[in-house]
Amino acid sequence: MENFLQQLINGLTLGSIYGLIAIGYTMVFGIIGMVNFAHGDVFMLSAFIALIIFLALTQLLGLASMPVAFLIVLVAAMAFTALWNWAIERVAYRPLRGSFRLAPLISAIGMSIFLSNFVQVVQGPRNKPVQPMFTDLIHLTDGPLSVTLSYKQILIMAVTAALLLGFWFVVQKTALGRAQRACEQDRKMAALLGIDVDRTISLTFVIGAALAAVAGTLYMLYYGVVNFADGFTPGCKAFTAAVLGGIGSLPGAVIGGLLIGLIETFWSAYFSSDYKDVAAFSVLAITLIFMPSGLLGRPEVEKV
Amino acid sequence: MPAPLDHKGTGLSRALVDAGFAGLVTFGLSFPILALRTEQDMQNHLVVEQRWSWSAGAVVAVFCARLLAGLLGDWRARALAIPGALIAVFGAHRALTQAPGNGGAIAAVGLALLIGAFALDARWRHAPVRVVAPRAEGPDRSRLISIAGIVALFLFPFVMLTWLGPQGSLKWINNYGVQILIYVMLGWGLNIVVGLAGLLDLGYVAFYAVGAYAYALLSTTFGLSFWICLPLAGVLAAFWGVILGFPVLRLRGDYLAIVTLAFGEIIRVVLINWTDFSNGYAGISSIPRITFFGVPFTAADNGFAAMFGLDFTPIHRTIFLYFLILCLALLTNAVTLRLRTLPIGRAWEALREDEIACRSLGINTVSTKLTAFALGAMFGGFAGAFFAVRQNFVSPESFTFIESATILAIVVLGGMGSQIGVALAAVAMIGGTEILRELDFLKQIFGDSFNPAQYRMLIFGLAMVVMMIWKPRGLISSRTPSIFLKKRNVVSGALVREGQG
Repeated sequence: MENFLQQLINGLTLGSIYGLIAIGYTMVFGIIGMVNFAHGDVFMLSAFIALIIFLALTQLLGLASMPVAFLIVLVAAMAFTALWNWAIERVAYRPLRGSFRLAPLISAIGMSIFLSNFVQVVQGPRNKPVQPMFTDLIHLTDGPLSVTLSYKQILIMAVTAALLLGFWFVVQKTALGRAQRACEQDRKMAALLGIDVDRTISLTFVIGAALAAVAGTLYMLYYGVVNFADGFTPGCKAFTAAVLGGIGSLPGAVIGGLLIGLIETFWSAYFSSDYKDVAAFSVLAITLIFMPSGLLGRPEVEKV
Repeated sequence: MPAPLDHKGTGLSRALVDAGFAGLVTFGLSFPILALRTEQDMQNHLVVEQRWSWSAGAVVAVFCARLLAGLLGDWRARALAIPGALIAVFGAHRALTQAPGNGGAIAAVGLALLIGAFALDARWRHAPVRVVAPRAEGPDRSRLISIAGIVALFLFPFVMLTWLGPQGSLKWINNYGVQILIYVMLGWGLNIVVGLAGLLDLGYVAFYAVGAYAYALLSTTFGLSFWICLPLAGVLAAFWGVILGFPVLRLRGDYLAIVTLAFGEIIRVVLINWTDFSNGYAGISSIPRITFFGVPFTAADNGFAAMFGLDFTPIHRTIFLYFLILCLALLTNAVTLRLRTLPIGRAWEALREDEIACRSLGINTVSTKLTAFALGAMFGGFAGAFFAVRQNFVSPESFTFIESATILAIVVLGGMGSQIGVALAAVAMIGGTEILRELDFLKQIFGDSFNPAQYRMLIFGLAMVVMMIWKPRGLISSRTPSIFLKKRNVVSGALVREGQG
């Protein structure tokens, strides 16, 4: 029981990170129908940006207060990653809009290879360890196998929840969110009604990157180490989460992320951690075979 | 990075504003990741190093490129001017900082290119637009070209051997010849799945791995020879193709892509972790080498050299491997071309164009897709067995997602469905990355710490993006119908809808 509770907490923490990345996939797929393959590497880049800004703040500027540093790092990582993704969309995807279906996917795969190698070249191929932060533990139960909840985990879940609420507000209540949902339903009609479709798509990439940057910052905080190759596997799992939840559906992405996080953690705890990736990907295959539109997705009707 | 060009304004002020904006964006992009570098110190703590010059260099480069793109109207002039400006700035910087090497000369070369570009731009821009009449390409001419190409490919190792000798030609036959031909074969194999049947497969490397491990395990455990293992590897890979394909082929294009990617990763993870079966990360070494139909390539008395009365050199084996992969690749090509004219091949192409129409016409889409998947997998398996016999060593490291992405990029860049396009794309992508290893002369300019091989994958990724923007439909984008009534017409790829399966 203790083990179960502990794994539940760990799984939800990991799932929050996957959920944040999954939103970026699901939004882009919803609006332009493209699998944004580079999103995992944008996430990795954001973790590096967060790491560098954190080190710059503490070493070059001598900032001592951890919570203030964390807040600045979070906001700065969101801003810079959003700028990166804006530029990537502008350079690599926008010229291919209206081109044939595989072209943006290949371009995104190229971008993904470029980003991970770019970070490798400019920041070096070694693992980058960070000093641990927010390491205090809360003991929820007593006993030999006490269930613990670290401040880190509370912070991750709280930040995720707060940002998801803010994001939900943007999508549901603001003019931008309305424009975005309109473009998702029918891009041509939205353009006829005076919505700047290009700008809306750009902003979708910006928002997706900002959420990925939150995930990247939290990932760096949680694991305490980043590497240039860290984008691929979390990216694949987040995409799995988006598909599991029903691609195009925002709540689905979050639920899918939490589920993938839980599946992975419980599989590692009760079976074998070697095959945890196999477990996550098998879930993807099984979902698609038996429930192709995911948990919350709308079944697609193909009209002739 | 500059944003792509939306308007063809030539006004100086507009170009300046545009370039200034691009420069500003570049500064924002480069600020955390380029200007500050994290480095481990002696205690393994991370420390930040500042190198603002890198960031400044990126900003200047993007500013110049964007400014020139705004000022010059013709793309050829841009292609000349932008490298020219970058070389000029680079040379001037070296001359000013008194870096080793002749900075002034480099700057002069760059400046000359720049001035030439401006002079040519005025001429090119006012040149009348030429209308090229569609060329009626006779089948005889293309047939002649392909026969000449194949003859040239068969002569290639002997030409290299007589020209450079056994030592010098080894690199060319092995690194360029064999390496490129492996990818040509993989590209043609994947072309059946992606180009003909329109099924997006991101996990093709899984079948390559199945073939490689099939030969590695069968030959080391049961002592079977390559010639028995080769068909077995193909059959096993095709079998896996059917097993993996059967449940997922009902899915739509993008989902299929992701599930195949997941399967590719699963196979790799299993190969890493199931150490009893595959020896894990360590891989399988000392796989038996290729023999000339039973005659080993050794210096011994019963070896290949002694048998044919030649002096022993290791290049004999390499040349044999070259012919082997050439024949395998040509086999793939021949089978594909024959199948295209058979009912099954026409069903594939019909399926690619419109799945619903196919179903209404009574084509069994599942078995049609499965045959494409299995055949593509079979050729992947053949290539895998060849890879194992060439390397004498297999490990899961060789079968990462990057390989799948490379093969897919070759197929798409070649213009999906075009056999010659795929071959050209393989030469460009694989040969191009091999050439990057050769650029040692750049060390004289950038200093000894500069390692061009480090930038190999970086440039590879960038090239994929640039090629897609430049030619989204691939190098050979025209379509010749496989079956025609009286006259063979060439249809531009832009008019053909594809990959909607």
